[in-house]
Amino acid sequence: MKNIVIKTDKLTKRFGDFIATNEISFEVYDGEIFGFLGANGAGKTTAMKMLCGLSTPSSGSATIAGFDVYKQTEQIKKNIGYMSQKFSLYEDLNVIENIEFYGGIYGLTRKQLAHKTGELITQLGLQTEAKKLVGSLPLGWKQKLAFSVAVLHEPKIVFLDEPTGGVDPITRRQFWDLIYAAADRGITIFVTTHYMDEAEYCNRISMMVDGVMKALDTPAQLKQQFNAGSMDEVFFELARGAKRKAD
Amino acid sequence: MNEVIVQQVYKTYQHQEIKAVSDVSFSVKKGELFGLIGPDGAGKTSLIRMLTTLLLPDAGSATVHGFDMVKDFREIRKRVGYMPGKFSLYADLTVEENLSFFATVFNTSIDANYDLIRDIYVQIEPFKNRRAGKLSGGMKQKLALCCALIHRPEVLFLDEPTTGVDTVSRKEFWDMLKRLKQQGITILVSTPYMDEASLCERIALLQAGKIMSIDTPENIVQQYPGKLYAIKSASMSNLLQELRNYAPINSCYAFGEYHHISFEKETSNMQNELIRYLQSKHQHALELKPVQPTIEDCFIKLMNATV
Amino acid sequence: MKQFTSFVRKEFYHVFRDPKSLLILFGMPITLIVLFGFALTNEIKNARIVVCDYARDAASQQIISRLSVSNNFSIHQSIMSHEELESSFKSGNIQLAIVIPAHFNDDLLHLKHAQLQIIADASDPNTATTLTSYAQSVINSYQQELRSYHKSGLQIIPEIRMLYNPELKGATNFVPGVMALVLLLVCVLMTSVSIVREKELGTMELLLVSPFNPMMVIVAKAVPYFVLSLLNLALIVLLSVGLLGMPFQGSVLLLFAVSSLFIITALSLGLLISNSTSSQQTAMLISLMGMLIPTMMFTGFLFPLENMPVALQVIANAVPSKWYYSIVKSIMIKGLGFSAIWKETLILLGMTIFLLTISFKKFKTRLA
Repeated sequence: MKNIVIKTDKLTKRFGDFIATNEISFEVYDGEIFGFLGANGAGKTTAMKMLCGLSTPSSGSATIAGFDVYKQTEQIKKNIGYMSQKFSLYEDLNVIENIEFYGGIYGLTRKQLAHKTGELITQLGLQTEAKKLVGSLPLGWKQKLAFSVAVLHEPKIVFLDEPTGGVDPITRRQFWDLIYAAADRGITIFVTTHYMDEAEYCNRISMMVDGVMKALDTPAQLKQQFNAGSMDEVFFELARGAKRKAD
Repeated sequence: MNEVIVQQVYKTYQHQEIKAVSDVSFSVKKGELFGLIGPDGAGKTSLIRMLTTLLLPDAGSATVHGFDMVKDFREIRKRVGYMPGKFSLYADLTVEENLSFFATVFNTSIDANYDLIRDIYVQIEPFKNRRAGKLSGGMKQKLALCCALIHRPEVLFLDEPTTGVDTVSRKEFWDMLKRLKQQGITILVSTPYMDEASLCERIALLQAGKIMSIDTPENIVQQYPGKLYAIKSASMSNLLQELRNYAPINSCYAFGEYHHISFEKETSNMQNELIRYLQSKHQHALELKPVQPTIEDCFIKLMNATV
Repeated sequence: MKQFTSFVRKEFYHVFRDPKSLLILFGMPITLIVLFGFALTNEIKNARIVVCDYARDAASQQIISRLSVSNNFSIHQSIMSHEELESSFKSGNIQLAIVIPAHFNDDLLHLKHAQLQIIADASDPNTATTLTSYAQSVINSYQQELRSYHKSGLQIIPEIRMLYNPELKGATNFVPGVMALVLLLVCVLMTSVSIVREKELGTMELLLVSPFNPMMVIVAKAVPYFVLSLLNLALIVLLSVGLLGMPFQGSVLLLFAVSSLFIITALSLGLLISNSTSSQQTAMLISLMGMLIPTMMFTGFLFPLENMPVALQVIANAVPSKWYYSIVKSIMIKGLGFSAIWKETLILLGMTIFLLTISFKKFKTRLA
């Protein structure tokens, strides 16, 4: 019997007349790698913001790590991690300062922080870079560091918004090694991506089209269902009828 | 006839601390669809900015349509179309206003070359009175492309036009590019997506400012050393670990549904031995088959070779 | 609590690693204290007073010697005709004139009353009132002395004339200053931000890769602000004349002609700033901080320039609004024509040409 860490029921977000997210209902299980896919403008970002406690839903319900998305957003934030391509770390702080800052924000004790910082730096091989400003690091290292910082406090769930955009193929796979390692430690991964091969690494996938969740299953089942040879084809089948090609 | 010729170009930033482009040379034939393939930091944007005369190289030279990149930059600026990586049109002007503004900037009119942009423009025409800032990402792309084509350029430079865009929109964009190529326009496009490489006629694989390979996608794939295999099992992440610990395998990378592996030494029995080894490690539902390398496989191989 | 300290620590890092913040935090207070402390004072120093002594008798000598006591005033004795006095006031050579008529002493002793004239340049009403009060107090104390000596109620009656601004309207002082300030700030700020915005948004890239001469971009951006500034000017003039009763003696055409020149000066400054920065924020910061403080301090409408140390007066000469301010006052309040302001106008013209030349030279036809 798997634990449910995210549960939504007809979760909706309206902006005036426009329904960005339309009654999505789904569950995410403990320790899962859950792929949240969809075209730009399909409603992914809006949905993710609601799940992170950053935006209040218009209607419907959701619980994240057991906390209600309307009334307990502060507890939600304490129990999740977040990383996006646009912002991850402070460029004018060095590696150690970034780690210490986020550790402090999430309430790690000084001892925990010291231990974790050393562990992280060794794990990522950043010993010579530790005192360098993050802005001077290559993109791939920044992303890996950002992910590690997002899971520093061992949250229940980590939300990743297109974390591997623009990164070289080897670093991309190293990043997924980190994701696997985190999933092994029991952290649930909620990730969006435009790389269809990454969709295959997920336990289950959902696809948003025009604000509605059009599919939810394992990659293997989806390929069977749509008689497709790859996730690329599945995506194409589902998305090409979309009316909203928005960003 | 070469539209673009690049010779040993170098570009550095921050007093030579950042080596963005190192000794890059290549050429693009007239009417060719040429791809610069590489991740962020490969030097794609720096190269394109130099070729569109926005930046000066530290060393080396290049010509576009016969004009020198440094000395004849004014001539180049009259004849190229440019779509920068970031949306660079006027957000508070409408679609139509943007288009007619750039038409006048290029001393032409929308009608003069309408046939060139018609296929693209009809897709955004219903929104012609909407402010550009309020367009969706895909529509912004299309508008930017129209503005880059409005004067019928000799060469079209597109800097990461499909970045951050989903696969369906990306496919549509490349279809548009193919149709443009048929009109005789030389196109130089950069992209971090390896799967788009096969849509180009010829590509240059770039990493950390250096060219790793220039050829047609087919040739590059053919040049892949050794044989490549795809393998999958019921538990892929464990499989990956096991494969990495297995000595006869010298490279192993996740590739979606399958892992791609290659062996250190080709022996007749290596496949069976591998299966047996994995079964002993409690892997089941194994599938192993030879597979054609993709550009991404080649890219990874080349990256490791340069290290 | 630990979260809070974590955050505070991070904010300190940001501040100390950003040179701009440091400049504002430490540079500004030091500059302001030094400048205000040493330079700016409302006290009158070195006021130029001319005494036309037609009497040349005991009484007039007494008055003159008492006036000369204070170091703040430099008394110059000279017999000037009416016209000469007028032109001295017009050119700003004197701020106060005291005319002592002939037979001053005799009138006092025999008629028991005598008149003298105090004429002040009231285009700066504050200085005029201060100087006039000073002169009056000197004369009063002399009057008291005479009374106690002669034991009779003799009277020295000063006839006070406030030139150019008889009602001592404060507007005459600050309106030209406001004009200079508004035009300068609006033009510099708006132009620099507008050009830098194109750079920041990336539209400048597209414009550069086109046959369009990017310098035309600059001119095109300046035109709306030029027109709007002239409208702005008209508005200020209408309001100050209509509502505040500001005098307008001179030629409207001349005022707008010279103002057009000043607007171009300001626009060129904005252009120069935009060439050197790539973020709107920096452009705004330089425009406001770099322009506001020198303009407020060195134009002459808040703090009289004559009262500053020589070094700062020299610096003030480099501030365009200083020259514009004096031109505006000459035209609006003193009703003077081009012959009186050609020197200042030439200086403004020279500054404009200089700024434009540098800006166009520094204009980048490439991104870097």
